[in-house]
Amino acid sequence: MAAVGARLAAGLALIGLAAVPPFLPKYGLEVLIGILFFAYLGTCWNILGGYGGQFSFGHAAFFGLGAYTSTLLLLRLGLTPWLGMLAGGAVAAGFGLFEGYLSFRYGLRGPYFSLVTLAFAEMLRVVAVNLKAVGSSLGLVVPSGSSVVAFEFAAKLPYYYVILAMTLLALAITRLIARSRMGYALAAIRENEDAAEASGVNALATKLTAMAVSSFLTALGGTFYAQYFAYIDPSLTFGPSISIQGLLPAIVGGAGTVLGPLLGAFVLTPISELTRAVLRGRAGADVMLYGVILILVISFLPNGLMGLRRSRRPAAERAT
Amino acid sequence: MSEAAGLEIRGLSKRFGGLEAVSRFDLTVAPGEIVGLIGPNGAGKTTVFHLIAGFHAPSEGTIRFEGRSLVGLKPHAICRLGLARTFQLVQPFAGLTTLENVMVAAFNRAREVDEARQEATRIVEFVGLGPRRDSPARHLTLADRKRLEVARGLATGPRLLLLDEVMSGLNPTEIEAIIGLIRRIHERGVSLLIIEHVMRAILALSHRLVVLHHGEKIADGAPAVVARDRRVIEAYLGDAAAEAAR
Amino acid sequence: MTWLFLQAVVSGLLLGGVYGLVASGLSLIFGVLRIINFAHGAVMMLGMYTSYWLFVLLGLDPYASILVTGPLFFAIGVVIQRVVIEPNRAAAEHNQLLLTLGVALVFENLALVLWQGDFRTVRTSYSGASFLVADVLVEVPRLIAAAGAVMIALALWAFLHTTDAGKAIRALSEEPEGAALVGIDVARVRGFAFGIGSACVAVAGALVTPFFYVAPDVGESFNIMAFVVVVLGGMGNFLGALLGGFIVGLAESLGAAFLPGSLKQLVVFGLFVVVLLLRPQGLFGGGRGR
Repeated sequence: MAAVGARLAAGLALIGLAAVPPFLPKYGLEVLIGILFFAYLGTCWNILGGYGGQFSFGHAAFFGLGAYTSTLLLLRLGLTPWLGMLAGGAVAAGFGLFEGYLSFRYGLRGPYFSLVTLAFAEMLRVVAVNLKAVGSSLGLVVPSGSSVVAFEFAAKLPYYYVILAMTLLALAITRLIARSRMGYALAAIRENEDAAEASGVNALATKLTAMAVSSFLTALGGTFYAQYFAYIDPSLTFGPSISIQGLLPAIVGGAGTVLGPLLGAFVLTPISELTRAVLRGRAGADVMLYGVILILVISFLPNGLMGLRRSRRPAAERAT
Repeated sequence: MSEAAGLEIRGLSKRFGGLEAVSRFDLTVAPGEIVGLIGPNGAGKTTVFHLIAGFHAPSEGTIRFEGRSLVGLKPHAICRLGLARTFQLVQPFAGLTTLENVMVAAFNRAREVDEARQEATRIVEFVGLGPRRDSPARHLTLADRKRLEVARGLATGPRLLLLDEVMSGLNPTEIEAIIGLIRRIHERGVSLLIIEHVMRAILALSHRLVVLHHGEKIADGAPAVVARDRRVIEAYLGDAAAEAAR
Repeated sequence: MTWLFLQAVVSGLLLGGVYGLVASGLSLIFGVLRIINFAHGAVMMLGMYTSYWLFVLLGLDPYASILVTGPLFFAIGVVIQRVVIEPNRAAAEHNQLLLTLGVALVFENLALVLWQGDFRTVRTSYSGASFLVADVLVEVPRLIAAAGAVMIALALWAFLHTTDAGKAIRALSEEPEGAALVGIDVARVRGFAFGIGSACVAVAGALVTPFFYVAPDVGESFNIMAFVVVVLGGMGNFLGALLGGFIVGLAESLGAAFLPGSLKQLVVFGLFVVVLLLRPQGLFGGGRGR
């Protein structure tokens, strides 16, 4: 009975997300796009971080690779960002596999893994800052206009539907993985990697797969960012800020759950908007509040907001 | 019974820095055998398990299972070849239920989630954890966690199961139950290599006993014979005497 | 070419001394609490702002301000540990990491909100002073900072090895269970260690204020440097952190001398990655490794 109720709620939410936005005021639509954008990034991060238990602090590496790849392909070769997106994803997945292989092969776990991912993202940022060919610290301007083929829209609404579709895709992929053989393997690795190996789980291959999926999808978010904001630079796309803002929704909402990042984004982004509106001109107040929320969540709700529910879903989907 | 079947270890040695934990160790486990591996604390028994199961690399020696060399293989690959092990300090996947724990291992033989669930359910019933099927593993008692360890090992579909002190910390009733379980596992055609300190259990179960002392094999034979072996008694008493003298 | 090299070596060693002090604090915290303190750089930044405001408002020389900064941030460190970290001691490792990240976010953005992002500088009478040693330029503030950093680090080392409190800290580092059994008030020692670590890094901040810009994000780069140094020197290896500081300072400086732009950072990060992969217990060992 509860399952039917949940499905009904999900269906209504979906209809709401699809039908309401055309009637929203411009500001409301912007906020909603922001929410879904971070929900998307959080969901992508969650695959490796929440489900796999490998907390990357450097997902900006993939985000930036996606943004720069598609933008450069657009500016230099005129390639449509819809395809450039996929190329960016491939580049990011490749880098993710490289980074992941080195880290996992050499047994880096926990905080050491987090540090190394941070280092790799920073390295890419430094390279981008010093490479004239990609605009160095001045960054790149993405042409804006109105051309569906070029992933450019004059209005915000089309962008909304794009990010909505991406978020639903990411959620679907997460759900698919969580309920599959790989989901069980990831849960086992997350709980106890040695015991998982002893049970026949190929930890390296499983973690690398999660890394590849997570990095590919994150890169798509980078392209979206580039097309939506029409400007990218090394610190916006490769900087620690996007890494952190990408993982916060997952932690706050509930790492290792399908809807956690979405829930987290629906809580965090409006708070950020509200803070910025109330404290005009005081840059940083919203992130400071994020810091406080992070501390509170870890201290009192270590499983995130989703931890508040009595979950009847397979534990393989839940974080500990 | 072909020569290539079963476990065959020749000249196994493991050095950690200057310490030789295992020294020129030979061991065979033929299909259908239950072999007990005993010895005083610190003799190197668990190290042998780590070496067989791929958690450590040997400094010297060969380990062959069913004709294939296991040296250099990762633990999961060795598991796939039909050799499973349990851990002395039980290591459940705490956040998963009993059934889910076993399902992880069952994926060694099943491809689909439903298949794995069915197989895992069978194993869970077999080891007697049926009533605890949907409990989170962290809520299990020690005795049940031990069963879970065994269940996970079984679910991988092994032809040889390595049990590491599965009876430690259990009371006499629980020990009897585990003895029964081990016998049932053996009846299903699984060979066993068991490390144990509970003497009466290991004497009752084993076809053969191998004694390890300071990393070296000092006896290998029928339980009744080994139990009366002077060197074995000295090894254990020597330990006890050394303890008493301190 | 040799001149460039020598100049780079001198610059590197001077800044390296400061990195060493920063890293010693981080290493101490890791040794005792077993957490990687992401808020370390932010505390340094706050130390720098404290020096800045004391200078601007009271005319207090940054070096003299150490007498204020040290105890102040010791206290702040103890409070952070008691209020935020200690209650969550049993939490998963990655969650404890996120806690310190949360503290870092709060501190960095608090600075941003209070004092905006503009770069500020402290100009003292000796800020531009320098002298030549065989054609190699030595800047006085950097020299003082390096000397001060090394002296404080050594004083800390002496504290750890001669006083009871220091020995308690070392005991807790090396043998957590034994220390509790022996009757050491481990919770208190943990707070104490975090306080000392924070004091070290805040004082390091005061030391560099005469020649470094002050801004909310300045802590970030020192943070990363500190991580690199600590991993290089061995997590929990105090002297290793000091030596590691010099090595990293040298690597960065030589990188700056021979690579264009800000690519010097690649040298440092590259070193970081290589050490993490190949020798995670640090060049000098004693670290916890993976």
